[in-house]
Amino acid sequence: MDATALIASLQEGVPEARFEPAASIDLQTTIYVSRDQLPAVARALRDRPDFRFDFLAELTAVDFWPREPRFEVVYILVSTGRRARVRLKVRVPAGDVHVGTVSGIWPAANWLEREVWDLFGVVFDGHPDPRRLLMPEDWEGYPLRKDYPVQIKMAPRTTEALQVTEEQFRASVEKDRLARR
Amino acid sequence: MGLESEIPVLTTTVEKMVQWARRSSIWPVTFGLACCAIEMMAMSCSRYDIARFGAEVFRGSPRQSDLMIVAGRLSRKMAPALRRVYDQMPEPKWVISMGSCASIGGVFDNYALVQGVDQVVPVDVYVPGCPPRPESLIYGIVQLQRKIARQKLA
Repeated sequence: MDATALIASLQEGVPEARFEPAASIDLQTTIYVSRDQLPAVARALRDRPDFRFDFLAELTAVDFWPREPRFEVVYILVSTGRRARVRLKVRVPAGDVHVGTVSGIWPAANWLEREVWDLFGVVFDGHPDPRRLLMPEDWEGYPLRKDYPVQIKMAPRTTEALQVTEEQFRASVEKDRLARR
Repeated sequence: MGLESEIPVLTTTVEKMVQWARRSSIWPVTFGLACCAIEMMAMSCSRYDIARFGAEVFRGSPRQSDLMIVAGRLSRKMAPALRRVYDQMPEPKWVISMGSCASIGGVFDNYALVQGVDQVVPVDVYVPGCPPRPESLIYGIVQLQRKIARQKLA
């Protein structure tokens, strides 16, 4: 299925979304999807019998700084039944770095979206667990952005926050002592 | 040490005895961070055989260890864990910084890595190389043994 046929087929399922065929060097079907309708398009791609893209192979982002719109979030979908692949791209402007989550549609998106948020600062609206994945939890900034100061010098932190409070620790010791008697 | 005639006894000082015992049984904690750990494993295996220097017993628990070989690049997120393992080791304890990354950050001049583990733990011996060959690390351990042999008790 080439991009124009895919767009025509998708357009009747999600009439309010805007699509655009995209150039790709590897001949893989690639389309741009308007940002506001992304979850609806994703659901159509997974559920409609002529698509059945049941597997989210990859979710990542690209920073085109200083071009505007600055970010593109990229989704690579695989249909294991139809043996087909498609690549979705969503343009995200620098002033409003938000995309709707697809983690309710493909559970694999949960950690991938956390990773993209961690490294690019793209907020996925409606994500069930929006924590950092790779960087320390109190990290400031998004390291894979093009304008991040990569060779920044900082003193390393050598202590970590306590995992349990002192009361919990004492209660645990006491429980252990009673269990040994 | 003086050899007394007829009596099968060696005499020495307590200090020399303790120094000998410490340097002859350096037990490293199992702490590999990256590719340097492969060379560290090669050093402990039969071809290079660090058992010849009494340091072959890699312990799974820091409570039983004397030496921490920081083998590989230390990420900023790992630094508290490394410090914690070091703090859990009983005194006396020593640290070898193995390889360029552990010593000065190596090729990774960026935000994610600690530029030298001496910012986190006190280092006794630096072993250069990327990664150092097992011979280099054995040389580092022998240097550490010479250092321990000079350490006064009081």
